[in-house]
Amino acid sequence: MLRFRLASRLGSFSLEIEGSVEERSVLVLVGESGSGKTMVLRLLAGLMRPLRGVIVTDGGVWFDGESGTFLPARDRPVGYVAQDYALFPHLSVAENVAFGLKALGAARREIGGRVHRALERLDAAPLAARRPHELSGGQQQRVALARALVLEPELLLLDEPLSALDVQARRSVRGELRRLLTSLPCATVYVTHNPTEALVFGDTIAVLESGRISQSGTRGDLMRKPRSAFAAEFLGLNLLRGTVIGRERSGLVRVSVRGGELFVPHVEGEGEVTMTVHPREITLALERPAGSARNVFEGEIEEIVPEPPAGELVRISVATSPPLVAEVTRESVEALGLGPGRRVHASFKAAAVSVQ
Amino acid sequence: MGLPLPDPGESVIPPLPPTAPRRRPPAILIQAVTGAALLPVVALLALPFLALLLRTSPALLLGRLEEPVVLQALRLSLVTSAVATAVVIALGLPVAYLLATRSWRGKRVLEVLVDLPMVLPPTVAGFALLMAFGRAGLVGRSLGALGITLPFTTAGVVVAQVFMALPFFIGPARAGIAGVDRRFVEAAATLRASDTRTFFRVILPLAMPSILAGATMSCARALGEFGATITFAGNLPGTTQTMPLAVYLALQSDLDAAVVLSVLLLVMSFGLLLGLRSAPRGWLWNRAPVSPR
Repeated sequence: MLRFRLASRLGSFSLEIEGSVEERSVLVLVGESGSGKTMVLRLLAGLMRPLRGVIVTDGGVWFDGESGTFLPARDRPVGYVAQDYALFPHLSVAENVAFGLKALGAARREIGGRVHRALERLDAAPLAARRPHELSGGQQQRVALARALVLEPELLLLDEPLSALDVQARRSVRGELRRLLTSLPCATVYVTHNPTEALVFGDTIAVLESGRISQSGTRGDLMRKPRSAFAAEFLGLNLLRGTVIGRERSGLVRVSVRGGELFVPHVEGEGEVTMTVHPREITLALERPAGSARNVFEGEIEEIVPEPPAGELVRISVATSPPLVAEVTRESVEALGLGPGRRVHASFKAAAVSVQ
Repeated sequence: MGLPLPDPGESVIPPLPPTAPRRRPPAILIQAVTGAALLPVVALLALPFLALLLRTSPALLLGRLEEPVVLQALRLSLVTSAVATAVVIALGLPVAYLLATRSWRGKRVLEVLVDLPMVLPPTVAGFALLMAFGRAGLVGRSLGALGITLPFTTAGVVVAQVFMALPFFIGPARAGIAGVDRRFVEAAATLRASDTRTFFRVILPLAMPSILAGATMSCARALGEFGATITFAGNLPGTTQTMPLAVYLALQSDLDAAVVLSVLLLVMSFGLLLGLRSAPRGWLWNRAPVSPR
């Protein structure tokens, strides 16, 4: 478990945040550029000294502004993958991965094996003899991860790990990275400007706006009660994962999700897909709708929460399977007499599903 | 061409003034100016060397190469400039690192001090060295008491060469070290490397092309050093008479020897500089592709 409370300043920009991450879980910091995301990582890594605050892990105190304790980067068990990976251009892939082991004084005969296993875990073993400039963006990313993970860090810091990749590579790497992160024993802090990545990777998502965390919580928290317009628009989405099971003649694709089946617009390929549906696309009705909506789920209303900024809209969580959140106007809540416990049909069109 | 153009007189928007031809670069003029300048520059730089080469012949070169004056001077020049280059690297590298990575009040004074030998007349440098390290000099007296004598010794030649060649090394080495991307230094820190390890395993290899360039320049400078050497170390054959000094002396007595020595110096300097220029980009290591963002 890592807990931190940090205050820092860079020119006129000030940062004041607080948070924690458990082992085997991912904290995503999501925010626009200039919100201070990279600064948080640099502070956690020990590349920058905070003005005030604390950073505490189970292993000890990394920073304490009161007592003046400050572990520099080289004394922290942290793996840091920078946005552009920063692989050493003069070293081969294997030498890059061995760099940290040598710095820590690992036994010479042990290094080769550990490097090989780290590369193998990331499907990068065949790249061992190459130089960074001979690698694609995705390969560079895997090597950078291997270089960080070979040291078995307590904390993994990822700075926009997908942003240096082209759109095509991004989707496949995202899947691999998600599988990797769920298998890691360490705590991970993942920084991104991309809300979809935040939803896909974050066990906890913290929204960073101009150096402050405007909201932090699970995906469900953000979906049911977004506290800012940004969170409502980009993060408070219904996230569905499923598997392609068939294609209709109309071009629609059938996807099985936990608890049912969905129709979604055209998707490339087979296998697993990640989909989002904005709550405003979901219609609630007391009777089963007869219209064109292909996706209908029935369940009881759990909670009704007004949505910022004005509260004209409300978010309604429905215990359908899969669970859904709908965004409707206050008037329709009153017109339909909706309230917790009421059984409703939640429906949305195939076209409302965006496949990520 | 065939399009009916509106009559400029009736147009609501005034027609564009005919600026286009004037904005175009006058290619012929530029070629004429560069061509006219290139000719005298090349002539000025190349003709003296050509004249020197024409004055010599393989027979003359081979015949005179074995003369003691030539051989002694050649051996002394090679030894002293090699030692001087080694000293320059050993002393210059830490200073270059300091200048590249730290700032402090009065740093500018050190920067000027380091650059000074480049613009100082070498005779003035030699004279100043004599005032400092001469037998009766500022510290020369104390050195003498310790049994160390610099003026008019081979060690003095090296001191003069180091003095004159240092800025030629520190400049490029500093630029090379400062040019190492901070990302790599920080990556090394997060990979648990100490400052020493980071310097030797990351900064030094990445700055190596610039460091080698600086070393080559300072070696060439040491090889050609004349003024400071003759003022500080004198002109003793076999002890302090390096090739440039031997050329100067031979000019007054033995023109053929002067020619042979000059051609040797020319070939060595040309070779050093050509080697520096022909090293292909990224021959030590290949730069990572520029961040794909």
